[in-house]
Amino acid sequence: MAISVRTLAAIRYGYGFRPDQPPPADAEALLARLGGPVPRQLPAVPRIESLFSIFQQVRAANRAMLDGARSAEAQRKRARQALRAARAPLFARRLLAPLLSPDGFGERLVTFWADHFTVEARGAPLMSVAPHLIETAVRPNIAGRFSDMLFAVETHPAMLIYLNQNVSLGPNSPAARRSDRGLNENLAREILELHTLGVGAGYSQTDVRELAELLTGLTSDNKTGMKFLPNRAEPGTETVLGRVYGGDPAQLGDIAQVLDDLARHPDTARHIARKLAVHFVSDTPDERLVAHIAAAWQRSGGDLSAVYAATLEHPGAWAPTLSKARQPYDFMIATMRAFGLGSAANPARPQMLRRVGFILLRMGQKMMDPAGPNGWPEEAEAWITPQGLAGRMEAAREFSRMHAERLDPRAFLETALRDAASERLRFAVSAAEQKWEGLLLTLLSPEFNRR
Amino acid sequence: MTRLTRRRFLGSGLAIGCSAAASPLITPVALARAPGENRLVVIVLRGAMDGLDLLRPLGAPGFAALRPHIFDSAKPGHPLDGFHALHPDLAALKPLWDAGELAFIQAVSTPYRGKRSHFDGQDFLENGGYAPDGGLVAGRDGWLNRAIGLLPGADLRTAFSVGQESMLLMEGRAPVSSWTPEAQVALSAQARLLLETLYADDPVFADAARMAFDISDSTDRDTERQGAAALAAFAAEQLRGATRIAAFSIGGWDTHRGQNSVFRRALGELSAAIEALRTGLGPNWATTTVAAVTEFGRTVRENGSRGTDHGTGGTMLLAGGTLSAARVHGVWPGIGPSDLIDNRDLRPTDDMRRPLGWLLAGLYGIAPSAIERTVFPRLDLGSDPRIIA
Repeated sequence: MAISVRTLAAIRYGYGFRPDQPPPADAEALLARLGGPVPRQLPAVPRIESLFSIFQQVRAANRAMLDGARSAEAQRKRARQALRAARAPLFARRLLAPLLSPDGFGERLVTFWADHFTVEARGAPLMSVAPHLIETAVRPNIAGRFSDMLFAVETHPAMLIYLNQNVSLGPNSPAARRSDRGLNENLAREILELHTLGVGAGYSQTDVRELAELLTGLTSDNKTGMKFLPNRAEPGTETVLGRVYGGDPAQLGDIAQVLDDLARHPDTARHIARKLAVHFVSDTPDERLVAHIAAAWQRSGGDLSAVYAATLEHPGAWAPTLSKARQPYDFMIATMRAFGLGSAANPARPQMLRRVGFILLRMGQKMMDPAGPNGWPEEAEAWITPQGLAGRMEAAREFSRMHAERLDPRAFLETALRDAASERLRFAVSAAEQKWEGLLLTLLSPEFNRR
Repeated sequence: MTRLTRRRFLGSGLAIGCSAAASPLITPVALARAPGENRLVVIVLRGAMDGLDLLRPLGAPGFAALRPHIFDSAKPGHPLDGFHALHPDLAALKPLWDAGELAFIQAVSTPYRGKRSHFDGQDFLENGGYAPDGGLVAGRDGWLNRAIGLLPGADLRTAFSVGQESMLLMEGRAPVSSWTPEAQVALSAQARLLLETLYADDPVFADAARMAFDISDSTDRDTERQGAAALAAFAAEQLRGATRIAAFSIGGWDTHRGQNSVFRRALGELSAAIEALRTGLGPNWATTTVAAVTEFGRTVRENGSRGTDHGTGGTMLLAGGTLSAARVHGVWPGIGPSDLIDNRDLRPTDDMRRPLGWLLAGLYGIAPSAIERTVFPRLDLGSDPRIIA
């Protein structure tokens, strides 16, 4: 059964249909909406300085506790409240933006790149700075040059803290002479292995080490975030993939230069072209599609709009089979969109958003917290497990019961899937014993869980 | 394919029927060989369990003075071997000690050192990492998963990760089931039938749904038990069937302040979990080993808020009918000022990967060389501490 381009555009390249939003008609419409303003209902993103100032309050309160200060208890309570208050809008945005935005493709891309540049939102500082990275380093750059996004991400305090760049010192730097610390290769390795060239590419341990030395000086302090401190930088030049960078004095521009070169590298083009095809189209994508995307990357020097346009113009991008499994996050957003939640009539209450976070945990996808810097798995088999599917059943039951009174299951099926709904599903929905079970069958159907 | 064979498929291990055959992860050949009768339950105690409070070294000079508020000399605990005493709230475990079914390894740790971060420490503990600077085994999988990969005939039912949070310990290439007893798949018969029709042509969904229904049907929903005891009861139920390895976590050990009340609650969870395993396993308790591990120990001295901070050397708890003796294994490092690491932490006298490695070798016949190569790379297993008989 052929599924229309309009439907594929909404579910393969977006977060599904909303009853109160006209879906994009085709590839041009997807690209035209890209990078538009975010919905005005979204809470504001706190400034990085205010996050750091709250971390300092928490640390000061913890010190006061250890010293046994009388007022410490109240001080700690205030600091923790401030921390929660700063974190809440950042987490809410991760659900509200894709829930409300008419630019589903843009939101899917924000999620794609946030996963590509994973920072596990785990522990007090990272739980707030990781989503801050998504909003300030990823989101503004999704339709621009990959090089700009790469630089913004690799110099964001979240990445600097997560991959230990904040403790890396050039072994022969003035700072290292006064410290027992030295070089940390973590960020350099992940830049090459995960963020640009890819693990199979032709780089060596020497390239990792040289890049790590070139990155020294780049750090994050406890007040304002990213800093370049030349006294931590390794003196002299570094050679990465055969090209010489840096020299004295060390400067941030050298790091921008190597990242720009890595962003344009043919291995980076192939690595990320494949990731895009795997994420959007198929766990085992058509090699011609991958090559077509990679060629556009190289031709444009990593202009992401050109890369997306190349993806969407290829016939492989519109294969009629829904072969990808929606990840739990995608499933939950699509579910809330299908019910039209977040409208004036059905507001998205904080309590509901917290509940969604909990359900995602149960499905194995704790928000912004995958097991490692390589992000979430893509294969359907990783998500459609007994426990994962049981989680979807639980979510589907909960949301179906909540909205059964106001919705006809047959109409809901049309809203949620349009022409992606099979005859079998239409029959099953009409054969359900109760209204809520009719809604539930739509939510649990292969059509709704694949894209 | 009948309903009868699907029901109790997991619980009984009798009906291997269609579910298993349809799963891409199970081959009929694999099903022909089961990995023996021995059962292993690994409990990860998250938050750094204070081993010196659970297993109190009463015989160590100066112990009481280091912990003026945490340690109450009027209630020193249940004496074990003349040197150690069990925390007073663990009375329920004392009969196990008397029966030779409880043991400890004192002053053990992973090779993780330095930053004393829970998250890094837990990743290390579960991955089986080797370098002191946070180097993990490549592949970011769990050591228990790597061990399962070495078991002949291991299939999807051999190992169960229990609870709603995924555990790195169990993640990796070997097939492992995961389930949380809190999961609810309750659907009307009609809805279930319709759903099965919808999944008929999609094997990924069909297999996952079938197994979800199987587990759910074969598990008596235990509304009495809560928390860790509920996880343990579910694990025991699976272990009575075809499952041989299970793992779950118990949190709540990060006792920075007011340790006594926080620790008591966590001990209650642990004690109830072990009790639920013992009663749930029934006769199979005789072939079961429980190992409770934590990411690191806590400071030897009490801090300013009647708690303890992140330390290094910790304690492993072992229980089950397989143990060689009720014993505190391992070398006591002392708690004098010159004995400690950084003048604060208990100095580990052994790497916990060693006893765990020997445990796997003893229970499942994995060659020590394979343990050193695959399960815990770069480890020198040394000599067998003979924890199990």
